[in-house]
Amino acid sequence: MVKVKVLEQVAKANDQIALQNRQLLDGTRTLAVNLMASPGAGKTSLVMRTIEALRGRLRVGAIEGDTASQVDADRVATTGVPVVQINTGGGCRLDANMVRPALHELPLDEIDLLLIENVGNLVCPAGLALGEHLNVVISSIPEGDDKPYKYPGIFTVVDAVVINKTDLLPYLEFDLPTFRQLIAGLNPHACFFQISCKTGEGISQWAQWLADKFAAGARSTAGDV
Amino acid sequence: MHELAITEEILRIAVTHGERADARRITDIHVVIGDLSSVVDDSVQFYFDFLSPNTLAAGGKLHFQRIAARLRCRQCAFEFEPQGMEWQCPRCQAIGGEVVAGQEFFVESIEVE
Repeated sequence: MVKVKVLEQVAKANDQIALQNRQLLDGTRTLAVNLMASPGAGKTSLVMRTIEALRGRLRVGAIEGDTASQVDADRVATTGVPVVQINTGGGCRLDANMVRPALHELPLDEIDLLLIENVGNLVCPAGLALGEHLNVVISSIPEGDDKPYKYPGIFTVVDAVVINKTDLLPYLEFDLPTFRQLIAGLNPHACFFQISCKTGEGISQWAQWLADKFAAGARSTAGDV
Repeated sequence: MHELAITEEILRIAVTHGERADARRITDIHVVIGDLSSVVDDSVQFYFDFLSPNTLAAGGKLHFQRIAARLRCRQCAFEFEPQGMEWQCPRCQAIGGEVVAGQEFFVESIEVE
């Protein structure tokens, strides 16, 4: 019997493909955002609102990840932006290898901002690279204010936390200050947005953050070509 | 549910290194899993038993070394293992902390014949 040292990350192959995806996106100066949330938190609604808010400012595209169906892509397609649906066939998250063919289907040359809607799940998508530049988690008021306690992992790896359905705050018990305090403890660098996809509250600040990130990315690569 | 893809990857890594070592057989695979990496050992073993026949690792055993989650308090720098849902520093009661351990997930070694 011989012992062989391996020390190889299980996510290594995924990370290599994610790096290729990232290079592809950087080549077309496309800012990619990985949107994660539990089912029903409002990922697709936020994609729709973001497209509307940035119309005329940024050219947006979308990848819709779901275990099954074309429902989300059909919804997003009504806005007129290029969209590709990925069905994971029961899989609980997107990975870099699933995103790769979708990137080749999209006209990346004509996309400034690519919104990648991950499969609804607060556990599995956390920390698995797709090639994105920014990671965002959406939480919603009806889910309760204890989500950062129950799913700390995802809240520690994101660049922004979006709390959706704030129009329901008067009707539900959700301790917003405690929620924010929890997020700050887990991830002091995460930006925080309070929005309602129903009323449009907070959408312009969120959209502006994305526009600023895109502008910063464009500036940092301005000398490359 | 992502354990199937993960197990395929563990098997691929083990077989690649086994072939490199000119092994006839991989008898044991040692995997290090942090408690924050959301991997269920039993599921990995289940998929492994399904995937490994007819490979160099057929009949091989998986061994999991678990690493507990460890946080460093952002207020007082005290290091602690969070208990259950409570990510709270036991010394100064500040909430949260920087993750210093628990996110590991790698194939540490294989044993071959």
